[in-house]
Amino acid sequence: MKKLIIAAALVAMTTSATAQTIRMGTEGAYPPYNFINDDGEVDGLERELGDVLCEIAGLDCVWVTNDWDSIIPNLVSGNYDTIIAGMSITDERDEVIDFTQEYVPADPSAYMALAGGDVDVDTGVIAAQTSTIQASYIASSGATVVEFASPDETVAAVRSGEVDAVLADRAFLADIVAESNGELVFIGEVNIGGGVGIGVRESDAELKAALNAAIEVVKADGRLNEMVKRWLDIDANY
Amino acid sequence: MEMCADPSTLDGINWWTCYLTTGKHQAFYASFGTVLLLLAITAPVVMVLGFGGAMARKSKILPLRWFGLAYTNIVRGVPDIIFFLFVPIAMDQGIEYLRHQIKCPDVLEPIRQGNDFVVCSIAKMPLSSSPQWIHEVYGFSLASIAFALVFGAFAANTLYGAMNAVPRAQLETAEAFGMSERQVFWRVQVKQMWLYALPGLSNLWMILIKATPLLFLLGVEDIVYWARELGGSKTSKFTYPHPDWRLYYFAFLMVFYLLMTWASEKVFNRITKRLSHGQATVGAGS
Repeated sequence: MKKLIIAAALVAMTTSATAQTIRMGTEGAYPPYNFINDDGEVDGLERELGDVLCEIAGLDCVWVTNDWDSIIPNLVSGNYDTIIAGMSITDERDEVIDFTQEYVPADPSAYMALAGGDVDVDTGVIAAQTSTIQASYIASSGATVVEFASPDETVAAVRSGEVDAVLADRAFLADIVAESNGELVFIGEVNIGGGVGIGVRESDAELKAALNAAIEVVKADGRLNEMVKRWLDIDANY
Repeated sequence: MEMCADPSTLDGINWWTCYLTTGKHQAFYASFGTVLLLLAITAPVVMVLGFGGAMARKSKILPLRWFGLAYTNIVRGVPDIIFFLFVPIAMDQGIEYLRHQIKCPDVLEPIRQGNDFVVCSIAKMPLSSSPQWIHEVYGFSLASIAFALVFGAFAANTLYGAMNAVPRAQLETAEAFGMSERQVFWRVQVKQMWLYALPGLSNLWMILIKATPLLFLLGVEDIVYWARELGGSKTSKFTYPHPDWRLYYFAFLMVFYLLMTWASEKVFNRITKRLSHGQATVGAGS
């Protein structure tokens, strides 16, 4: 409870009197983190969480989607103000942008392949999305990496046999495996990367503080744990 | 629609009716309008830039000739994807820089802070608080300008070549009739060059029709973006789960592009016929 009060006080301090419009940038192609639902709206864990954070921080939030490939350049040039797109906090990214504290804990990445195949993940041909921690991991693991622009294409490549397996966040692959009628299976896991945080411009210390404080609130009152469990099936224990 | 409230209970024709009218599909249908609008806006501007570029290259004034030459050669030489990434961002930052200087000169912090491009919030273009459609119109405008610049350079080269293709004898005859240089240019050379320019221009038009997926680089969601987004396999996180249907969506796009090609061919044939009237040159017989 004490944590909650401190967090609430921090929020009050960092929020200016007038509601500021914050443009929330996401990819919209990585369910259940973020996706465009059938109504054409951004949906998923990050939409729900983002809206809650904005409400707590008293910010007026608008959602915009951007290609994963150019998501960081468009943040630093000011087309939107945050990246909330399942982006793992890495040193490499941290040099260019800043991250809030994590809102999804480090979760093992998983390999998924066609059932019945005999795939060696250390020597085979593995698909991953461009500019992800998974892509750089495969490149350093000795396997051959094939990069795709969108997450959906990596899965399609496994189905068509173009690659032996795909490496991605387990939560993204979980539904695909579960609904493939046994066609696709998990064949391994690997621990890479840290938690997932919201990316902000390095010059935007005020926004970072406001979001950090808001994340602190949802962590303390258990809402974040519930959301992460429901959307990603991960026990966060914040 | 009311019956679409619970899609999991639907089947057959009802499922399809609901599926094909979702908000996302409506955005897909609307994006055909976006593409046609882009073509409708860009094509005339391309012609103006092309004509201007060709005239600059023929100009008697040396710097203007240099300018024409630099425009056609540099723009044609730079890969499209780099041009489309660079020009709109440069224009956007240029506009914001100027607005920053005018609207908040008292802000002393530098605009470039490390990797960040930071202008004061009232200098943003468009303002962060502007509704999303303004952001889209702005992005669309930047995209149109970039498209017009690129295709204008190609059109300039085509028109320049066409102007030179008009037989010298025709121009000399006009001069012999006592026409001024200007009259020769406008009444004889320009009138006749279109026939020579047409094959090149029709090529450009066809390429322009199919170049619109570059729009997504600039955040404008075009038909190819939506086809890929809708066709990708959907798990039960979505209201209408389905396997990978990209093939069908792209087949639908193919029909659209073929129809566009077919219609364009008809129009260009018609123009060629019209322009060939009374001409003893190419295209007249065919």
